Amino acid sequence: MGLLGFFFNNRSEVLELTLEHLWMVGVSTLLAATVGIPLGVLLTRRPAFSKPILGSANVMQTIPSLALFGLLLPMPWIGARADRLAVLALTLYALLPIIRNTHAGITGVDPAVVEAGRGMGMTDRQLLLQVQLPLALGVIIAGVRVATVISVGVATIAAAIGAGGLGEYIFRGLAMVNNQLILAGALPAAALALVADFSLGLVERAIKSRQ
Amino acid sequence: MTMVGDYIIEFRDVQYGIDGGPRLVCGLDLQVERGETLVLLGRSGSGKTTTLKLINGLLAPSSGEVLVEGRATTAWDPIRLRRRIGYAIQEVGLFPHFTVERNVGLVPHIEGWPSEKIGERVRELLILVGLDEQLGKRYPRELSGGQQQRVGVARALAADPPILLMDEPFGALDPITRSELQREFLGLRERLGKTIVFVTHDLREALLLAHRIGLFEAGRLVGVYTPVDFLKAREPAVAAYLAALGAKESGGRSQETEDMS
Repeated sequence: MGLLGFFFNNRSEVLELTLEHLWMVGVSTLLAATVGIPLGVLLTRRPAFSKPILGSANVMQTIPSLALFGLLLPMPWIGARADRLAVLALTLYALLPIIRNTHAGITGVDPAVVEAGRGMGMTDRQLLLQVQLPLALGVIIAGVRVATVISVGVATIAAAIGAGGLGEYIFRGLAMVNNQLILAGALPAAALALVADFSLGLVERAIKSRQ
Repeated sequence: MTMVGDYIIEFRDVQYGIDGGPRLVCGLDLQVERGETLVLLGRSGSGKTTTLKLINGLLAPSSGEVLVEGRATTAWDPIRLRRRIGYAIQEVGLFPHFTVERNVGLVPHIEGWPSEKIGERVRELLILVGLDEQLGKRYPRELSGGQQQRVGVARALAADPPILLMDEPFGALDPITRSELQREFLGLRERLGKTIVFVTHDLREALLLAHRIGLFEAGRLVGVYTPVDFLKAREPAVAAYLAALGAKESGGRSQETEDMS
């Protein structure tokens, strides 16, 4: 039975795993953006915090994903359910690119524009919301895009702790030494990553063209 | 005791320096009369741009006082202070994601003017600075350098501030466009009746545009002269400037003096 045949015969399971995968990636990226973008903005206002915050996010990313999952297991509320744990780990992973890009995007705005805005009497909030964030948006989306693609990959590991997703097939295939099963998980995951990268790339380009 | 004189802007023994660094401005005493165009002239790093930024509170004096309309800049609400002062810089700093209209109408907009009034004012200003009204819908990147600079001036004038600060606004333009804008500036100045503080390193520009010239060197104000007095002054700093001008165009100087009188 070829790979396509496998997908057809098990289509409801494939769909379920794909949706689980998408859910983990979606929720964690959203959380990371909700926390990361304001943090990135904060860093531009309070440069003193940049070392500790960027440093912590960097540490999170350095820890190997499987190890991170393992380290979080003993935690009280989080470790109880595999999917919560997976979402937390993925969020931590997505933080660095988002925080860093938000910071870079805002500090990368033409200083003459910022000086003109400030000199004309814009409040800090007006400057941020009307000038800096809109101009930094392209770079921020690029950060979200990187975070999403990384998440799709790391989410395959989530199956190791029972959180589901396309990694299920990969791990099952590894255990049973069944290459087709491994591919059944790996190929859709790769496809998801490419689709996410491509679509967010379109968004990024659309934003940048308007500047 | 603060005496409110006729000076719209006043510097009293002002010093400015960044902590641990050199003093960029030292012992500055300067009075700006209402309605005059005062040109701050000097080499790069002489302290003239620093002085300008002390007026609208982008910088605060390390010691001494800068008074605007009788009140110390540190006592003003910085936002209110800056909205009463038009600001035009060499790089222009137009918002690339705003149309020309939105750029010009910025201060009226954040001041809460009704949109109709803003639209009218923007149209009025575009015409005033010699631009086609149609350009209002364009984006800054579609404009030439000269056009962008005109938009910058229109933007600075939008809320009709009594004071206008200009930092080498024509510096980045080609000589022909620069000359054109300088001439138009003279015409505008008469109609507007504002107090203008204009920074330049170009002596010719200073002689052309100024009611008075404040010469800066190494963070100190050497002196304030009318253009005619400047050409006759004996201070070494002045002589150095005149020599540089003379070297560029021998014989042109006497023509300049004739134009002035």
